[in-house]
Amino acid sequence: MAFVKTYLIPRLIHYFLVLFLGLTAVFVLPRLMPLDPVEEQIAQYQTFGAYIPPEQLEQIINTLRELYGLKGTLLQQYTGFWRRLFTGDFGPSLAQYPTPVSELIASHLPWTIGLLSLTTVFSWIIAVLVGGIAGYYRGRWAEILDDIVMLIRPIPYYIMAIICLIFFGYIIPLFPLGGGMGIGREFSFNLETIRNILLHGTLPALTLIIVGVAWQFQSMKLIVQSVRAEDYVRYAEATGVKKRIIAFRYIIRNAMLPMVTQLGLQFGFIFSGALITEMVFTYPGVGLLLYNAVVKADYNLIMGILVFSVVAVATSILFLDLLYPLVDPRIRYK
Amino acid sequence: MFGLFRDLLRDYRFAVVFALLCIILSLVILSAFSPYHPQRMYQTPRSRPPSWEHPLGTNWLGQDVFWQLTFAIRNSLTIAIVASVVSRIIAVVVGMSAGYKGGIIDRVLMCMGDTTMVLPFLVVLILISTILREWVRYLVNLGLLLAFFSWAWDARVIRSQVLSLREREFTFTSIFSGMSTLKLILKQYLPYLLPVVLATLINNMSWAIGMEITLAYLGLGIDPTVPTLGTMLQTAIYRQALFWGLWWWFFTPIVASVLLFVVLYWLSLSVSEYLDPRVRIQRIGIRNEKK
Repeated sequence: MAFVKTYLIPRLIHYFLVLFLGLTAVFVLPRLMPLDPVEEQIAQYQTFGAYIPPEQLEQIINTLRELYGLKGTLLQQYTGFWRRLFTGDFGPSLAQYPTPVSELIASHLPWTIGLLSLTTVFSWIIAVLVGGIAGYYRGRWAEILDDIVMLIRPIPYYIMAIICLIFFGYIIPLFPLGGGMGIGREFSFNLETIRNILLHGTLPALTLIIVGVAWQFQSMKLIVQSVRAEDYVRYAEATGVKKRIIAFRYIIRNAMLPMVTQLGLQFGFIFSGALITEMVFTYPGVGLLLYNAVVKADYNLIMGILVFSVVAVATSILFLDLLYPLVDPRIRYK
Repeated sequence: MFGLFRDLLRDYRFAVVFALLCIILSLVILSAFSPYHPQRMYQTPRSRPPSWEHPLGTNWLGQDVFWQLTFAIRNSLTIAIVASVVSRIIAVVVGMSAGYKGGIIDRVLMCMGDTTMVLPFLVVLILISTILREWVRYLVNLGLLLAFFSWAWDARVIRSQVLSLREREFTFTSIFSGMSTLKLILKQYLPYLLPVVLATLINNMSWAIGMEITLAYLGLGIDPTVPTLGTMLQTAIYRQALFWGLWWWFFTPIVASVLLFVVLYWLSLSVSEYLDPRVRIQRIGIRNEKK
């Protein structure tokens, strides 16, 4: 029970404090934007050539403000914001009125989660295994691998994505240039559709995995090199335990722990992390949705996505802290 | 000084990087002698492949790609240097005052830093550059904006170093012999902090160049007619350079920026390796073993 009092409760208080501050920032940030969604809407009517007399314009502005939940003082909007959060209703999207925000997010979220959870896990496993083996055995091939990683690692993600897109989509057209599945395709569970989705997902996944492995490979290698010098490894070597068993059971398993923290943090950033990927490959996920929302000053949609993102980051850090002793028996809550 | 340089050149990585760096810097100097104006269009025949007259060809807008590249590298480096120098200054000032003064100042400064670290950075950057669209069109202003986002982590590192320096013997000696706080910090502490500042400076430069390219892709940041690595690439994509077969227009900024990133990364590795005596001894040891 001491665990609950000294660890769990303070940790939960911290969690709710971070959530409160983060969500307040989510409320404030879009309101600083120079674009007014109501004026954007009216400008859109007027570009279609509609003439609106001044008195009618006033009326339209008032109705729109009421519809969009932008009426009243900031304080009233703020209390309304929290009320809507607790009921889980983020209101209608302003740019694609009247589709509810939650519906838009629900239709885009599976794409992002599917792509990112797979690539995050894959690149983590590859980096841990390859980094661990290269760090333990060392040799000519490990040096070559290291040099390749040193060439890839400094390249920012966006440039990497463009290079992959040009090479595998344009010069050697192995994969389609963009989209989540072929145009005009309906979502259904048959082999052809699944094949199509995989084909569209391969290139974005490939870029994410290349960059992810290059980033984590080196930290894994460094950790392994420090674990390698530990006494228990020397002892195992002296008693003649097979090298393969030392590498996997003694070294990689122990070096994995700091990497688990990284994995957890990456899961938290899935919501906002894929923005560039989704834009380069026009992948229909949350990142693309978010960027379009920012361009069109769609307050409700920006807020909805950011709320999801803040909650996801904070919650995954919380779970990580609570689950850590399960992975690492050396840590005990006092 | 010369001996240090010769030591560094022994590392094959540093030698390669140094040669590439010289080429890049000579391009920057060349930009001052460009026969063309960086922003004017239709100064040359359009869409010509590389030739003696135009070493990297000309683009669809009638600009010489080679001279555009010299301007682009110069401007990208300007942004990077503004961003990294300003953020280093903020980091040193914040880290030192938080570490040396402690107490309430420490807590407020670190809280500010943590907040900029926790927010989903790219989204906030996009929001801010939409808000300040007119302001970030200029090179220096974009550098300042990027600097604002990159001081927090290094301030934390400097703070922790100052915390340990504060407890050392020489601090008390200086205070008791009547040295002023400012002089103590500048004369006694700064030399200890310079290695960290130098190593992070290069990393931060490469981060700033990457951010500029990303923002240009999103249609934010620098005025698109001013050539930087980001705007050059973005213009080539926007004008469908590959579709028209103008590969020299499209690949020039990509190859140049990849080279630049690799050079900066290897440079920072060699410098931090050199500054960390443990690694240096290890390397010398390996060399002796091989003999």
